Amino acid sequence: MQIFEYNGSALVAMVGKNCFAIASDRRLGVQLQTIATDFQRISKIHDRLFLGLSGLATDAQTLYQRLVFRHKLYQLREERDMKPETFANLVSALLYEKRFGPYFCQPVIAGLGDEDKPFICTMDSIGAKELAKDFVVAGTASESLYGACESMFKEDMEPDELFETVSQALLSSVDRDCLSGWGGHVYVVTPTEVKERILKGRMD
Amino acid sequence: MGDSQYSFSLTTFSPSGKLVQIEHALTAVGSGQTSLGIKAANGVVIATEKKLPSILVDETSVQKIQCLTPNIGVVYSGMGPDFRVLVRKSRKQAEQYHRLYKEPIPVTQLVRETAAVMQEFTQSGGVRPFGVSLLVAGYDDNGPQLYQVDPSGSYFSWKASAMGKNVSNAKTFLEKRYTDDMELDDAVHTAILTLKEGFEGQISGKNIEIGIIGTDKKFRVLTPAEIDDYLAEVE
Repeated sequence: MQIFEYNGSALVAMVGKNCFAIASDRRLGVQLQTIATDFQRISKIHDRLFLGLSGLATDAQTLYQRLVFRHKLYQLREERDMKPETFANLVSALLYEKRFGPYFCQPVIAGLGDEDKPFICTMDSIGAKELAKDFVVAGTASESLYGACESMFKEDMEPDELFETVSQALLSSVDRDCLSGWGGHVYVVTPTEVKERILKGRMD
Repeated sequence: MGDSQYSFSLTTFSPSGKLVQIEHALTAVGSGQTSLGIKAANGVVIATEKKLPSILVDETSVQKIQCLTPNIGVVYSGMGPDFRVLVRKSRKQAEQYHRLYKEPIPVTQLVRETAAVMQEFTQSGGVRPFGVSLLVAGYDDNGPQLYQVDPSGSYFSWKASAMGKNVSNAKTFLEKRYTDDMELDDAVHTAILTLKEGFEGQISGKNIEIGIIGTDKKFRVLTPAEIDDYLAEVE
């Protein structure tokens, strides 16, 4: 049994023109049995920074709590929000602390940095960062997501087109994966607003 | 620790509500060599006297201005050995911050951490307060910054400040000379003139130290030759 595939997940983040999108599926399973169909894998760190955690749900929740704790302390101490790059380094450091007994999570980080420059990155469960200019994927559906994103991605998409692309990539990928699915949850983030949408796909 | 006779904090309140140990520490600072700092529009300069106990001491071996990070420098008035302890602790703090966030520590954060160490030494058992005041000069995303940290652990941001012997004279002088639109070069000149005010003997590149940081965000201690050039300019 692969622990990363215990609950099932699909995560993707994509870069557009001065914006980004981050999306996940909504299924929480225990192997092949579905437990919940409204599970949250993506959370807001601050208005311009989002974090998705694929992998083992219990570890994802613990890690999320620790990261929010660290970020809140940072906000109080430095009286500013963390830059996406800085946050990625924090996540990486926290994961590597548990090098020999890791959180079974693969995080996806997406945010808008200085001058509204989008930043996306993913890392493995011990915090080795993988930076990308176009899109990053994670979870049990990652292989099909790679294919879908590879063929659908275009540079400098506007928010609406970006939403469409991410949604199509996500929905078509989770259909090829038994462990993720049950609709999707998409956030499209621009410098001025955050659009959150719930998708319906094959609900079985 | 804990069983020793001195395991309680030596810094205890006097009946009048004063912490005499801290006042003694401030006296130690007040009798130390003069240091000063000026924040200019495009950088910061810190400077200090470097009077040595004997002419036989090799002046190149003494460095009173130190780098904490590439973009933050510090100078002290008071006890040299205490300063080294603080420099070591501050550098470690800066490095830890960098390791966690892969981003240089902001000046305010480093100053706060350093001040926290100094505060701890006013309340811990078996230790005494630091006999130094620090002037921290740095340049980061928030622009040029100058902080003074005292033995009590309190810290303030200054446009220009002085400490050590002749503080009051130096501060009055700075008050007269300081303007908000000062450039870094003017600030260096003012710093030299202020040091000159209370200087006993002939000022030269060998018996003062100057550290500058400009828009390049690289803190640098001037060489004696460079100081001599500036001295020639103010003549």
